[in-house]
Amino acid sequence: MKKTLKIVVLAKQVPDTRNVGKDAMKADGTVNRAALPAIFNPEDLNALEQALVLKDRFPGSEVTLLTMGPGRAAEIIREAMFRGADGGVLLSDRKFAGSDTLATSYALSRAILKLNPDIIVAGRQAIDGDTAQVGPQVAEKLGWPQITYVEEIVGTEGDELIIKRRLEQGVETVACPLPLLMTVNASAPECRPRHAKRVMKYKYAKTASEAQSASTDYDDTLRKERPYLNITEWSVADVDADDAQLGLAGSPTKVKKIENVVFAAKEAKRLTAADSDIDGLMKELIASHTLG
Amino acid sequence: MANFFSDNKDLQFHLNHPLMKKIVELKERGYADKGKYDYAPLDFEDAMDSYRRVMEITGEICGDVIAPNAEGVDHEGPKVVNDHVVYAPGTAQNIDVLKKAGLFGLTLPRKYDGLNFPLPLFVMANEMVARADAGFENIWGLQDCAETLNEFASDELKAKYLPRVSAGETCAMDLTEPDAGSDLQAVMLKAHWDEAKGTWLLNGVKRFITNGDGDISLVLARSEEGTTDARGLSMFVYDRTSMAVKVRRIENKLGIKGSPTCELVFTNAPAELVGDRKMGLIKYVMSLMNAARLGIGAQSTGLSEAAYREALKYANERQQFGKPIIQFPAVYEMLSNMKAKLYGSRAMLYETTRFVSIYKEYQHIAKERSLTGEERAEMKLYSKLADAFTPLLKLMASEYCNQLAYDAIQIFGGSGYMKDYPIERIYRDARITNIYEGTSQLQVVAAIRHVTTGTYLHKIKEYETLAYAPEMENTFKRLVAMREAFEKAVEKVTATADNEVIDFHARRMVEMAGHIILGHLLLQQAMVDEEAYRSSAEIYVKYGQAQIAAAATYIESSCVADIGLFKAVQDEKYE
Repeated sequence: MKKTLKIVVLAKQVPDTRNVGKDAMKADGTVNRAALPAIFNPEDLNALEQALVLKDRFPGSEVTLLTMGPGRAAEIIREAMFRGADGGVLLSDRKFAGSDTLATSYALSRAILKLNPDIIVAGRQAIDGDTAQVGPQVAEKLGWPQITYVEEIVGTEGDELIIKRRLEQGVETVACPLPLLMTVNASAPECRPRHAKRVMKYKYAKTASEAQSASTDYDDTLRKERPYLNITEWSVADVDADDAQLGLAGSPTKVKKIENVVFAAKEAKRLTAADSDIDGLMKELIASHTLG
Repeated sequence: MANFFSDNKDLQFHLNHPLMKKIVELKERGYADKGKYDYAPLDFEDAMDSYRRVMEITGEICGDVIAPNAEGVDHEGPKVVNDHVVYAPGTAQNIDVLKKAGLFGLTLPRKYDGLNFPLPLFVMANEMVARADAGFENIWGLQDCAETLNEFASDELKAKYLPRVSAGETCAMDLTEPDAGSDLQAVMLKAHWDEAKGTWLLNGVKRFITNGDGDISLVLARSEEGTTDARGLSMFVYDRTSMAVKVRRIENKLGIKGSPTCELVFTNAPAELVGDRKMGLIKYVMSLMNAARLGIGAQSTGLSEAAYREALKYANERQQFGKPIIQFPAVYEMLSNMKAKLYGSRAMLYETTRFVSIYKEYQHIAKERSLTGEERAEMKLYSKLADAFTPLLKLMASEYCNQLAYDAIQIFGGSGYMKDYPIERIYRDARITNIYEGTSQLQVVAAIRHVTTGTYLHKIKEYETLAYAPEMENTFKRLVAMREAFEKAVEKVTATADNEVIDFHARRMVEMAGHIILGHLLLQQAMVDEEAYRSSAEIYVKYGQAQIAAAATYIESSCVADIGLFKAVQDEKYE
């Protein structure tokens, strides 16, 4: 195992869908982002914690937060720096707009090739789309092994990381050589808090676009003196990406319709793997026209 | 997802007090650290922005971690395992999260890895932690002991201990002994210099020591053999890593159960002398106690905040006779008075903190350069005000937090008496605040000379020179009338020139001053933010005026000979 690691954390700024008010959805069925506070996707915080745990174990390692989004997504990069990340990269370009998970993972993989990390840590899924696709797709695009549902990095054995996965029926411990990508569950330890000194140190960190739109001579000077206050911002050209694989053009997913479904509370049903149980369920689903 | 800073407008109000500018500039020595440390403020606005951000982190941890842990900590409490304290799991988690957030060493200089925050910020954090869990506030708040080291210890000791405090090691102050409680002159724990080992060794027993198994302990011990009074006592610092002090037991207390109150046995425990010999009680314990009293002021205010919020919520939710009980005069009157006392306590807390903050900073600056005549005069003024306001704050805030907890349980009715709601814990926790770090009776002893020498009166008259808006004129006039009644009562008592009579009426007189000062402070706040404070100012002044009338009547109708009526109890037989 190397002495120090380069770790990239994939994270997303999402609307806080956990505290949904009545104006959360627009009349056309899309999410009203303006009405919901933008937050650090919760499982990405669990991912950040795992990256920081690795940094604690391998002192001198570097944790970089990578996110794709509009200019204000730099907020989660600062948040990550307050909590222990060394810096971050914002992928931001109009051409990225409208990307589905496939186009997003393509864009992220281009940036990762440039960052050249040993380990990528991502949250299992984001609370706005709940697809859990981006992490695995990035791994596929890079041709890297992926460990999903990670709960704990147990340790190292030779050149392999020993990782505990939380699965529905129990826990699985796997070993994997680097480079690797892991996606982290909400059941993993919560992220450490913002650190007082780091908040004071990094609070003026900005991307170039942020500096352009709202800046004073005061923090301009500061960013010149203190290079760590400059958050990297990359465009499509910076990561040498193919326009055709980005944005709406690169996104095969088409949203046909969005419905506001209100669940009526029903008891869960647990089935065994026995043929009779599966047979019964299939018949039930066909009878209720859920299938077929 | 609670945040005890963002949800508390009154607390935020005090952060924005005009004197903060001076306080921050003194603490930052004109922002001299800005080139040296990447987290040092560049100017006043930058400092204030950082304070707000760090208070938000603190508020979030209080709301999301410490408060939810409080019930479990209260039930489980700390344990003694192999002569040492093991905290309740919730306590250990609280400490861990606060460490990770860098919230230790708040006021310590940056060269000792501290945040170099001015005192009002530490007090605010203290208050929030106490609102979340008053027992835990003791453990976290004891980092204040480091300030005494910072003030009086050698550079060598400071370099050894202060960075450890900033890193999250906990402290204790070991003063009380079985036969030395309020009367610390009777301390017997022995310190002797061991020539062979080249160290001081401590032997003896300490009792009722909060967080007694902390990493770094300040110990009051008798270093001068053959002495029996204060002049034979010195202050030492004991490092837990030497493992020479055993915890004999943890007291089983009514409240603040998460805070381990220890009986300690010192057996040849190596210790280092802090400052000068023989100055232990006279100088250093006084400094520790003043800081601790301010700490209890914060703890009391935090508890009052918690009690008020619990009561307000319950009074809105609880329906009786077809409506929420808050709609009944008996309940809304109680809640309004609770709110006024809470705001009053907090007003007094930060007024006192500002005074302490300014004179302490001048003391530190005086070690770096000589003060100008003007600065010296200011230091003297604020030192005197701090001395007068600290016991008054401790008295008023701790008594009020007991009253608030009592009234809150009353609002809950039978449910409040059950273990189902946090209010019963708040009630038990509140009960210690007017006992430890000097009982209310001893605060009166410390405060009375400021009644007789006129410190309070002078400050009150200064408050009276401030301009008030016409719509507040009425309340202002009441305050003037209260001051006149106070002066008259004091005059009558002091005219006897009889110390026993003065002591007998001391609490009445000190509290009279307290009501007037709290009333003024709230009225001043109403001038800045009428919407937020005018009603509480009026309610408090009404309440205070009635209290003063009661005290004035009592004094007016008393004569010197009455003392005999009360002394007669000494002749009662008892078994």
